[in-house]
Amino acid sequence: MSKVQIMTGNSAAAAAVMLCDVQVVAAYPITPQSQLAEMMSQYIESGELKAEYVRVEGEHTALTVCISASTVGARVFTATSANGLLYMHEQLHWAAGARLPIVMCCVNRGVGAPWTIFNDQQDSLAQRDTGWIQLYCRNNQEIHDTILQAYRIAEAVYVPVMVCYDGFVLSHTMMPVEIRDLEAVREYLPPYRPHTILTPEDPRCLNPVLFPNRRADGEGVLRDGYMEMRYKLEAALEQSLEAIAEASDAFAKRFGADHGGLAWGYRTEDAELHLVAMGSLASEATLAADALRARGIRAGVTGIRAFRPFPKAEVRKALEGAKAAVVFEKSISYGNEGALCTEIKGALYGTGIQPAVYNYIAGLGGRDVKARELEAAAGESWDDCLAGRREKNTTWLNCVTG
Amino acid sequence: MEKRDENISAMCRPAVGEAGRTGDWRTLRPVIDQARCIPAVKKKSACFLCWLYCPEGVVKATIPVEIDLEYCKGCGICAEECPAKAIQMVREDQPDE
Amino acid sequence: MPENLFKINTKEYILPGSRACQGCGLSLFYRYALKALRENTIVTLPACCLCVLQGLYPSTPVMVPALNNSFASTAASASGLVAGLRALNKADTTVVAIAGDGATFDMGIQALSGAAERGTDFIYVCYDNEGYMNTGTQRSSATPMGALTTTTPILTKQQHKKDFLKIMEAHNIAYLATASPSYPLDLYDKFVRAKKIRGTRYIHVHVPCPPGWAYPPKDTVKIGRLAVETGIFPLFEIEDGKFRFTGRSKTQAERGNRLPVINYLEKQGRFRKMNAEQLKQLQAMVDAKWEEYLRKAEG
Repeated sequence: MSKVQIMTGNSAAAAAVMLCDVQVVAAYPITPQSQLAEMMSQYIESGELKAEYVRVEGEHTALTVCISASTVGARVFTATSANGLLYMHEQLHWAAGARLPIVMCCVNRGVGAPWTIFNDQQDSLAQRDTGWIQLYCRNNQEIHDTILQAYRIAEAVYVPVMVCYDGFVLSHTMMPVEIRDLEAVREYLPPYRPHTILTPEDPRCLNPVLFPNRRADGEGVLRDGYMEMRYKLEAALEQSLEAIAEASDAFAKRFGADHGGLAWGYRTEDAELHLVAMGSLASEATLAADALRARGIRAGVTGIRAFRPFPKAEVRKALEGAKAAVVFEKSISYGNEGALCTEIKGALYGTGIQPAVYNYIAGLGGRDVKARELEAAAGESWDDCLAGRREKNTTWLNCVTG
Repeated sequence: MEKRDENISAMCRPAVGEAGRTGDWRTLRPVIDQARCIPAVKKKSACFLCWLYCPEGVVKATIPVEIDLEYCKGCGICAEECPAKAIQMVREDQPDE
Repeated sequence: MPENLFKINTKEYILPGSRACQGCGLSLFYRYALKALRENTIVTLPACCLCVLQGLYPSTPVMVPALNNSFASTAASASGLVAGLRALNKADTTVVAIAGDGATFDMGIQALSGAAERGTDFIYVCYDNEGYMNTGTQRSSATPMGALTTTTPILTKQQHKKDFLKIMEAHNIAYLATASPSYPLDLYDKFVRAKKIRGTRYIHVHVPCPPGWAYPPKDTVKIGRLAVETGIFPLFEIEDGKFRFTGRSKTQAERGNRLPVINYLEKQGRFRKMNAEQLKQLQAMVDAKWEEYLRKAEG
């Protein structure tokens, strides 16, 4: 009998977490994540998942519980959105600096003020400097599969992983999902081997103050200063490029589903006009690419799956032959432009790969983004490119401005 | 060739003198008059309040009482609490006397 | 060892050469707490004086495992340790959260209230030096009325000390106690008792601070003792809802021989600007509190 069911993104996420033999879950409800938190407590209270569920009094505590539980060697999970993610911001830095393989779902939602309950990606993009790996999912199958991959990645490089998916658009929308086989997942995911030593048998003090400079220990061995310890985190993020690709390949071999590793392409082999986006927006962009192709424009989509670490090599390879790259994003780095656009340009700098790059801010606070709007915008930018108008201001799509 | 720190996160091991030779902090050091010290006089286990109240745990409850001057910070609690007034706090630049 | 000292664990868990100040009350309390808790313990703590005592990388003077976390997080960190250890079938290890008054009364109150409300199986210790001492003596809600601090440098603290024990009592936890390093055996006994109880246990330790309270380091034990003898800091336990005085406070409850609070206040530079009205209020408050405690002790 087929294991494919139609389910919401939140359900797909919950089903994946259960397959990973997670041992401690701590989550605080927030729209549009709440159903995920509820489903986890359903699994645990019914005995389907043997784990501790800590019904925390806030998101800062939710992540803190994951931090200390992970430190003693438990596999942990939490999830949040928007202001909940912002509330735990301090602890995002802490978890990464402590090198803990925590997996968290961020059900993308716009941040206050003013309030919105609907989708955009400002919440997770605003966390890009914390040292977490960030993976963006296009559809509910990818949510399910990416969570499974996330534990493998996190526990290989000891860096926490944020699995991001669009609130309501994916979290509350039903799509077909094949629930993976438990035994196959157990083979795919080796047991968690913590690097942290917090046990009476070998008393250590963890995450104390570090001096700016290196300092000798009781045996005269020169130990890290703060900067070395932080460098190690960056080195791990760089190492994770390989780990993400490896986890993706191994998953594809075992389960027959390939979500593209660090970045994926749709009709990009001969594309001159690349639409670039993350998450469900990238999925929508494939329809726009088809429509552009029908008009005779060689369009394709470069979908960014891993935003952190930023896949510079993949982006350079994808945009090598591009005349124009149109970057659509559901967030903005205020005072500059969309963060994804900045990263794309940065990846290309100095390489000689110089498509015209156009930036569109779209869908903030859940404003619907239709494929035909993407098609129209990309088409306009293509016209600009052909006319030599390479420097255009960031455009806010379908929004009253000025 | 310098050994690299293999820790990927900050984990400290127990060691004496984490803050260095804290005996250097002192301006006054404790000096015990064995003629007044109760366990010394009685020649048996008694009192040891200096051991009890030392915040640093550098007083040894032995006969005679021993204070680890490498690490004693010279707070003076032992002298203050000694019921026999057997401990004097003497300036570091002065002899025991 | 004299008779009653014989019973306590003579092992030292804090190696010499720590970064604590001369005459630090925290140091003295921690010494006895660890003797009582022994090896099978994991401590979690925030940024605070204890964090400095615990040492800077790569060494620590403390011989039990300890996990640092951010300032608001102590009880949350403990909650995660408890959950993780339980999931790994290691629930016999005692989890002890230790935080100062700042991280308990102020920024950490949410996490502590949450952990207590969930009946989390851990010991929470608040070492109360009545201010943000690690950052240089700023005022916290635990600072007594009339005290000078660096953020109440002229007018002194205007509000009474937050009645945190009442807040913890309202959580109906398994065990609540007050303790003082000036009475180390009483403190030791309470930690031994707490270790054996299941559920949320809260121990409030009054910790004199020489630089913060402006008195010479040699007087730490004396000042802590005066706090108890004046009734400002009574020693008691509440177990299963039943209140009982302990040690010196028990004697005082029986004999009614509390010293006037001025005896405690006049020894500390931080109270030098306290006015007559504040003194009157403080004495009245201590007297009223004792009436309440005596009623509780009776029935």
